[in-house]
Amino acid sequence: MILGASAAIVGCFSFLRKRALVGDAIAHSILPGVCLAFMVSGSKNPLYLIIGAFITGWLSLLLIDAITRTTKLKSDTAIGIILSVFFGVGILLLTSIQHSGNASQAGLDKFLFGKAASLTKDDVYIFGTIALILIAVVILFYKEFKLISFNPDYAKVIGLPVQFLEFMLATITVLAVAVGIQAVGVVLMAALLITPASGARFWTDKLSVMILIATAFGAISGFLGSYISYIAPSMPTGPWIVMCLSMLTIGSIWFAPRTGMLAKFRVQKENQRKILIENVLKLFYHLGEKDGTFKKQRSTSVLLASRDLRIKELNRGLHLLKKEHWLRKKGDNWLITQSGLNEAKRIIKLHRLWEMYLNQRLKLEPDHVHNDAEAIEHIITPELEKQLEKELNYPTKDPHESVIPYAE
Amino acid sequence: MEAFWIILVGSLIAVSCALLGSYLILRKMAMVGDAISHAVLPGIVIAYLLSGSRETLPMLIGAAILGVLTTVLIELFSKKANLQMDASIGITFTWLFAIGIILISLFAGQVDLDQDCVLYGEIAYVPLDLWITDSGYNLGPRTVWIASGLLLLLLLFIWKGYKGLFITTFNEEFAKALGIGVAFWHYALMGAVSLTTVVSFESVGAILVVAFLIVPPATAYLITNELKKMLFLSSIFGIISAIGGYYLAVLINGSIAGAIASIAGLLFLIVWVITLIRKRQPI
Repeated sequence: MILGASAAIVGCFSFLRKRALVGDAIAHSILPGVCLAFMVSGSKNPLYLIIGAFITGWLSLLLIDAITRTTKLKSDTAIGIILSVFFGVGILLLTSIQHSGNASQAGLDKFLFGKAASLTKDDVYIFGTIALILIAVVILFYKEFKLISFNPDYAKVIGLPVQFLEFMLATITVLAVAVGIQAVGVVLMAALLITPASGARFWTDKLSVMILIATAFGAISGFLGSYISYIAPSMPTGPWIVMCLSMLTIGSIWFAPRTGMLAKFRVQKENQRKILIENVLKLFYHLGEKDGTFKKQRSTSVLLASRDLRIKELNRGLHLLKKEHWLRKKGDNWLITQSGLNEAKRIIKLHRLWEMYLNQRLKLEPDHVHNDAEAIEHIITPELEKQLEKELNYPTKDPHESVIPYAE
Repeated sequence: MEAFWIILVGSLIAVSCALLGSYLILRKMAMVGDAISHAVLPGIVIAYLLSGSRETLPMLIGAAILGVLTTVLIELFSKKANLQMDASIGITFTWLFAIGIILISLFAGQVDLDQDCVLYGEIAYVPLDLWITDSGYNLGPRTVWIASGLLLLLLLFIWKGYKGLFITTFNEEFAKALGIGVAFWHYALMGAVSLTTVVSFESVGAILVVAFLIVPPATAYLITNELKKMLFLSSIFGIISAIGGYYLAVLINGSIAGAIASIAGLLFLIVWVITLIRKRQPI
């Protein structure tokens, strides 16, 4: 749990600095470090292993930076190179150690997949301490980290030691990865960094809240994953932690209010509905204007003939308007009501006012203004409407010499 | 003889990956390749469970589907949900990979797929899996045939689609204006990457495919700006890595795939340092 939480906190910063996949690279690069540490020290003391992991993790960061700075390769390519090469070296060393017949090597490959449930008590103390240190560092430097994440230039100007802070941030990232690997293994470590942060991002715009949510995600998943692995020992812990995390995050992506995908679809649907209704209403107005009377019944075919609409859409629009009591159905024909007429006038007025505005203020030719007005008539607010009226001094005719209807 | 087969398979796969990888890098999609190579895992496992055998064809299909699904998911998250590209890649592939591993553990009894094997493969077994016809005639290792088939397919794809790939890679807007199906080439390439990943997967493992996909083309890209030269050079680097890797692995008794990746990295390092030095000295 602590592991998940601490990784989530650090992950928020990596996410905001658009360096999400760097965590993945670090995770892979740690493997050769662990192997080397084992070869040098000959023991599996987690402290040595973490030091080894730390060194190669750092090296990978430096190399990625150097490659993107000095060559034309993009950062994702650089990450890919570092990740795969370091991991290749790690695998090479690991298999070499395994084949060497050293009995104490058993369990070194746990680094690949992780198994939080099989940690010894000593391990737990060490990792717990490191995780707490990480959390403490983030709390201590919260303001500074926030600043360099969002606005590094400003941070530089006000005299913050940006380089030192970036160094700190990188260090805690590497540490978080080195610790987190114990729980979920190399491949899935990236998830621990990226996924909670991305999920939390959908719920809030505030960094502090985002960190809290991400931490909660991390902790919940850590708990659930370990629990599943505990009750069903054949189940690997890491993948289940990641599974829970992904579910939480994907759920957020769909269901988060305002920013979630469902919310967006709803807004889109709502807008489409509004535009359809307004266009059909306008249709009645245009026809009425042509005939000189609005009190005439219209059949579907007449309506279809005068505007480029699909019949299904038109029918939907008509029924929606009936629900609003803006239209009445008489047999097969449709009649616009007084309130419907008022609404239609409002939209037509907006359309023509806007055409007028484009024509007079922006000096656009009258035959260029229609399409623009067609789009904007649906979104002009009452405040803007008033301003337009005043600005144009209540014109009576639009650039096409059509009358602008004002509400009585 | 064994060494010959291993190096041959390594080179075949290296060339296939290098060719595809060149396009991935130029399209700034290097990490997408990484994501696909991880994400095909559940596809392979599901195909294995459904078909009940380690036949290549179902696995290829399963993996290809998952590969395309991965790209679709990444696009969905990044375009529709406005998530950062790198974050959506990270979420997608770790999630799918986790599903894959969970599936393996769930059916551990029935699946003759081992986590280690999936992750870093064992190219050393290549010569053991011989393809012997009914009449008892020895055609050599099965993987050699599959890998050659893949390479031929890819060469055909690149040869036939050279223009389409070229234009959509370098100037998407222009391609759209010309009416070339940008999406088509995108998904065709992704499908090819998934296929390659699966074929390579048995011999080099899911993770090291990335090394083959990215490192040799990146090395070549340091040297040249020309696509044709880049394709050619990256193939050469791939082959050198395969040969060098094999002997390195024998030398220190380690994983061949890991050694190949290490050599590829070494090549990159050398080329990188040389370009750095040449930049310092104005010619």
